[in-house]
Amino acid sequence: MPEQSGSAPLFESTEWNFDAIQRSYDAIEKIAIDDLKLDVYPNQIEIISAQQMVDAYSSNGMPLMYRHWSFGKRFVHDERLYRKGARGLAYEIVINSNPCISYCLEDNSMALQALVIAHAAFGHNHFFKNNHLFRQWSDAEGILDYLEYAREFIARCEEKHGDHEVEQLLDAAHSLMHTSVFRHRRPASISLREERARQRERLRDEEAAVHYLWNSFERARPQRIVDEHVRERKRAMKLPEENLLYFLERHSPILEPWQREILRIVRNIAQYFYPQRQTKVMNEGCACFVHYYIMNALHSSGRLSDGAMFEILHNHTNVLTQPDFDAPHSAGINPYALGFAMMQDIRRVCENPTPEDHEWFPDIAGVDDWRGVLQDAWANYRDESFVQQFLGPEVIRRFHLFALADDAKDSFCTVSAIHDSRGYHAVRDVMVANLDISGSDPDIQVVDVDLLGDRWLKLCHVQRDHVPLDAETRDATLDNIRSLWGYDVVLEERSD
Amino acid sequence: MAHLVDRRLNPKGKSHGNRRRFIGRVRAAVKNAVDESVRNRDIADADGEKMITVPAKGIAEPSFRHAAKGGRRQWVLSGNRSFSVGDRIRKPPSGAPGGGGREGSADGEGEDDFLFLLTRNEFLELYFEDLELPDLVKRSLKEIKAAKPIRMGYTVAGTPANLSVMRTMRNAYGRRIAMRRPKIRDLDDLILRIQALEALDMPDAAELAELGELRERVDLLRKRQRSVPFVDPLDVRYKFFEMRPEPSSKAVMFCLMDVSASMGEREKDLAKRFFVLLHLFLKQRYDKIELVFIRHTQTASEVDEETFFHSRETGGTVVSTALKQMKEVINQRYPPSEWNIYAAQASDGENYGGDSEVCADLLQEALMPLCQYFAYIEILQESEVKLMNSDDNGMELWRAYRKVAGHCPNFAMKRIATPADIYPVFRELFVKKGQGVSDA
Repeated sequence: MPEQSGSAPLFESTEWNFDAIQRSYDAIEKIAIDDLKLDVYPNQIEIISAQQMVDAYSSNGMPLMYRHWSFGKRFVHDERLYRKGARGLAYEIVINSNPCISYCLEDNSMALQALVIAHAAFGHNHFFKNNHLFRQWSDAEGILDYLEYAREFIARCEEKHGDHEVEQLLDAAHSLMHTSVFRHRRPASISLREERARQRERLRDEEAAVHYLWNSFERARPQRIVDEHVRERKRAMKLPEENLLYFLERHSPILEPWQREILRIVRNIAQYFYPQRQTKVMNEGCACFVHYYIMNALHSSGRLSDGAMFEILHNHTNVLTQPDFDAPHSAGINPYALGFAMMQDIRRVCENPTPEDHEWFPDIAGVDDWRGVLQDAWANYRDESFVQQFLGPEVIRRFHLFALADDAKDSFCTVSAIHDSRGYHAVRDVMVANLDISGSDPDIQVVDVDLLGDRWLKLCHVQRDHVPLDAETRDATLDNIRSLWGYDVVLEERSD
Repeated sequence: MAHLVDRRLNPKGKSHGNRRRFIGRVRAAVKNAVDESVRNRDIADADGEKMITVPAKGIAEPSFRHAAKGGRRQWVLSGNRSFSVGDRIRKPPSGAPGGGGREGSADGEGEDDFLFLLTRNEFLELYFEDLELPDLVKRSLKEIKAAKPIRMGYTVAGTPANLSVMRTMRNAYGRRIAMRRPKIRDLDDLILRIQALEALDMPDAAELAELGELRERVDLLRKRQRSVPFVDPLDVRYKFFEMRPEPSSKAVMFCLMDVSASMGEREKDLAKRFFVLLHLFLKQRYDKIELVFIRHTQTASEVDEETFFHSRETGGTVVSTALKQMKEVINQRYPPSEWNIYAAQASDGENYGGDSEVCADLLQEALMPLCQYFAYIEILQESEVKLMNSDDNGMELWRAYRKVAGHCPNFAMKRIATPADIYPVFRELFVKKGQGVSDA
């Protein structure tokens, strides 16, 4: 009798086993696909030990990564916190790849494993597969192959050129990672095979391309012609350029071919993580919404026992707490909490709209198909635009959000908006600005190269609202760029 | 359909390479921290896992970031209780306003000094670095305990080298009997009989019948033989070994030190390294080690470790008082029949006139017969080393001890000015140990 087996609990014991996981997975999948209409990559669920989880942390959650001391530093740091008991481990790590790999910690109880599967293997997975940023910028098919290639390539470089050389190069490249993504133009997606095939050709061509820059400068020419040439070359170099590593990889006069390839690897990895940095609120919100929905559905059909559900809710609330601004250890807005609350609110607006909702969200208030609305949001927005579009008064009131303005000139901060009818828009706009990583990352571009003189490279930092760069890290980073460029590098501060 | 993979058995320690690189990167800083930490902890737990603090400088990962201050900014915060629009909040004198609004650094760990745990091996590796120990010695010191394989019965799994032929064959024999495997000799008899019958020119009917019956029987027996193998994997037994710590006993280590005013921080630090090394050596040899600290000026007293290294005393120097004290302690608490007695003495070589002869006599007559090993180091200024380039020169105590060394093979003495000089004092001890291992 299918009804009966359908309403029997999926598992009784708190210990997990593979059968119970498989059973739960099937039940979760049924709800995710049939009810929520999620569209996911095939799932691969891997059970790992605590030690392996710490390993995975330290390489950005990736299963394979080239070797570098900074990962060791992170490992040592995480391991210490974990051993001390200061921090628990994440229950899962999920990788944006096809198949979508979720790591589950072996210490999880069965209820937690079910929660994690719903959260990662369906929530995150759906988001990875459907959000336009991920579709556009990251290559889920090729990432693991690419990382494998990167690791091998860098290991070979270490053998050939020495650990120290490679380490210095990686240090320098890492410090430019965040300023080395294409924000506006899509880089050609390159499969591993093409990559390898093109490598040889590229190395040859690029050496030639670099040398031509310096060939001519000794010859004396009339000023006008020289200017013309400079302009032309700048055009050829496509200045200004926002992707620093890309520029250095192509145009640095001193790098060896293998060094260019390593810069390219670092740049590609930065690009792969770029969408994740732009969708923290949405990605986690989506995963939390999905696990909350699925777990409740399982519970109401009797397939989760009350005990298991309590444990799940306990963990759910732990993750989704938004501490007040003055609470100890408060780290600002919790992206999990905000994303989840907004998505729950979207559902509420669809199902039970108030007059206020009709005013704020005329397009979705009272719409039958809340699933469709959410699917559309998950697919077509990123944090900034999502908040711009969907952060409504209800959520602002619930979180008691308020905006605070700080001008360095004043000796006080001003509360610029609170959760009242005059403040909703202002609070929302500030939130949007906070979430926009093109605002939180410094805007730095290569603007000029003195090809005929001392070969200096000129960068420009466009200050927003007069916010300066941190002087100490700025100087250290400039030193790193100098080591990659080989000649002097200057940074100009400019206000917008 | 999910693909479930159990990765728990995959090799751990994926990050070891990275960890090694990291330690290499901060090696100088870690080395300092290691030395510092040995200075601050007890001899008995000088080794072992240890938290090490590394200054943030040198492991920073710079990138372009916005400064924490300056310009105009706005934040959204949660949990408003009493603010209304236009409220002004005075900025705290330093740091960012509002408490929660400041952006953390990218890696979330800020600029604090970096604290991490070194494993025992990593720790000792760094600690040994400037002691210039030979590799063999380093290795043997890092092994926590000498263990010896002891036979512990049999197991069903093991390496071919440990195969127990006797036990395996015995099992096979028992099984063959129980399963009634036809004996090879019986079968041979039957075959002989068949051959005899076949050799007959004109067999009669009875003989033909017998031949047919015999052939059937042989077939049956052969079949049976095949189905009951001579040696079955079930029979195989391997000798099982368990690693047991070598039979160990008790040792007591006496640390004697001159604490008169002429022993400064540098001298005490060298002395401590010397004591630590001896302790590490004893630790891998004996299960239980007791430490006795005796310090002396013109009088000697037994003290705890803290007092031994850190409290100051003034007064003259009479070395023999320490030796007398040691003798007394041995008599009271450490009967040589039960205890292995080791002693390490550190001094700057000064002694009250005429006392050195007393010391030499005391050692030779009373102490050396009881001790396994007595090591003496004289701590010099680096500038003095050149003056004292011959072992024959030296002050009274040195010359008196030279005589003892001449008589007793288990007495070692050495002048040291840097950590690298310490090891040769122990060389004999380690050499002896090395031979002991190869003999065993």
